[in-house]
Amino acid sequence: MLSDLYEDKLKDLEKKAEQARELVIKSLLSAGAGHSAGPLDMADIFIAFYFHILNHDPKNPDWADRDRLILSNGHICPIRYVVMAQAGYFPIEELQTLRKINSRLQGHPHRTALPGLETTSGPLGEGLGQAIGIALAAKLDKKKYYTYVMTGDGELDEGNIWESLMFAGKNKMNNLIMIVDRNNIQIDGFTEDVMPLEPLKEKFEAFGWHVLESDAHDIKQFVDIINEAHAIYEKPTVIIAHSIPGKGVDFMEKDFHWHGKPPNPEEGKKALKELRTLKGKIISEQE
Amino acid sequence: MLNPNLKLNQKLFDEDVELAPTRAGFGDGLLQLGEINPNVVALSADLTESTQAHKFAEKFPERFFQTGIGEQNMATIAAGLAESGKIAFISSYATFSPGKNWETLRTTAVYNEANVKIAGHHAGIMTGTDGATHQATEDIAITRCWPKMHVYVPCDAIEGRKATIASADINTPVYLRYTRDKTPLITTESTPFKVNKMQTFWVNENPKATIFATGYMLYYALVAAKELEEEKLQVLVVNAAVIKPLDEEGILEATRVSQAVVTVEDHQVEGGMGSAIAELLAKTTPLPIEFIGLQNTFAESGAPKELVEKYGMGVKDIKAAVKRVIRRKM
Repeated sequence: MLSDLYEDKLKDLEKKAEQARELVIKSLLSAGAGHSAGPLDMADIFIAFYFHILNHDPKNPDWADRDRLILSNGHICPIRYVVMAQAGYFPIEELQTLRKINSRLQGHPHRTALPGLETTSGPLGEGLGQAIGIALAAKLDKKKYYTYVMTGDGELDEGNIWESLMFAGKNKMNNLIMIVDRNNIQIDGFTEDVMPLEPLKEKFEAFGWHVLESDAHDIKQFVDIINEAHAIYEKPTVIIAHSIPGKGVDFMEKDFHWHGKPPNPEEGKKALKELRTLKGKIISEQE
Repeated sequence: MLNPNLKLNQKLFDEDVELAPTRAGFGDGLLQLGEINPNVVALSADLTESTQAHKFAEKFPERFFQTGIGEQNMATIAAGLAESGKIAFISSYATFSPGKNWETLRTTAVYNEANVKIAGHHAGIMTGTDGATHQATEDIAITRCWPKMHVYVPCDAIEGRKATIASADINTPVYLRYTRDKTPLITTESTPFKVNKMQTFWVNENPKATIFATGYMLYYALVAAKELEEEKLQVLVVNAAVIKPLDEEGILEATRVSQAVVTVEDHQVEGGMGSAIAELLAKTTPLPIEFIGLQNTFAESGAPKELVEKYGMGVKDIKAAVKRVIRRKM
């Protein structure tokens, strides 16, 4: 059972999520390339993980008993890098090196480049299998850590996701929790036009998984859902997290064209202004 | 003659030479590794007995994982286990692994530097009656091109066991190639297996050509060498058991006197062991090479011995290639 998410702590997490969104836009501007929609829509969940849910130590990324967080849809790594920096894994200034030569912040996350990433990902469909391997090792070594794996929804087009789902269902992997970023977009359009996923909940259930659903932007609700997932003993659990792609930046929200491109300097300036005027007064050096 | 220092099988050329499949070496080697190292785990994609992983599976069921017919899943789960400190052996037919799961292995094992050992079985046309869909003939090409990869192709079941065990000596991926049918035992328990050194199995004072052979085809090369000896034509035969990392010094030394090469493999001539040798020679000491293997074609269903003859990879073809390459020297 996670510790209580009392009112002040929740407010702090929400503030950190806004800061995270701003840092995402800045690092994308600096990189001049990268994905916007996914990183923005997963900001709340990443903050919830790194600042409340995960049992981890930023100063000790190889700590044997840490909870593992695996990112399967590696292209949204800008948000992971940002929140890891906020949590103290590396200096915030290093975020400006995203996608640049000699950087530890590779365009798609590379395990050996930066401590704390757990896996290498980018080509879709490969993180769930790796998470399964890590969770199997936990059982072999009699360790109590949880293995969480994030995937996209378009990513569920990949056949080997379903191979992995079958395996986890067969083996009743209750120390494995999957989170799907259900933002309904992929590169060529809306998921339900490109390759429809619905009825999605029923598909997971048919493969032997327990299904929960959450608003991806309600941190309190997401934490409650994680607590519920921890209590499921007989099956692995998947949380379908309903998200608004590009959340936080009005002109990006719900537009699939923002899946795979960064804002240009003009758009970036506009985005940062929007993020700031949404909540409180965070000063940006752009002005 | 057979290299006396290597303690090779003196009954090699007998009619009743002992036979065993190289995949049996995998089964024994994996079991032995499992006994000495508790971190060794194994995965199978519905081909457990065929790939001989069943001995490990029976003795260490808690360390064996069945994925069913899903080779990409098998690869990623292995990567996850390796990321958690295990040494993960995956085995299937080479056409499916590293064939079908090539990109998955590239990303999650090779680029990821995860300790995954890829056992590719039923390699080559000697897989026989299953036909070309199941005969892996491009697997050496698609694995040796990976940075820092190790590629081991044992010549017999005894070497197969040693190669399997040796693969656990490094913490990064290794590709191990095994074949289906029983083939002659060329080595003995006393023959060393060396990752950093190609060993000459047939020696001569004044060789006119050097034959590099990999896998069970080494037997054909040795028979060819013996017959050529009787025709007063001296050659060397080198066991190209480790295709990557390439023993560059050893290859240059083995070709120093002969200045002519024939490569022999049950694989496409494009991209396999022969190409690796040619790449080295082209940048150091260019000399004529003849390539025995599949010549830009798939094979078909048939008995292994028939296929080898039909596709120009038999003893007579090796001998003809030796004579051709010697003529090209002039």
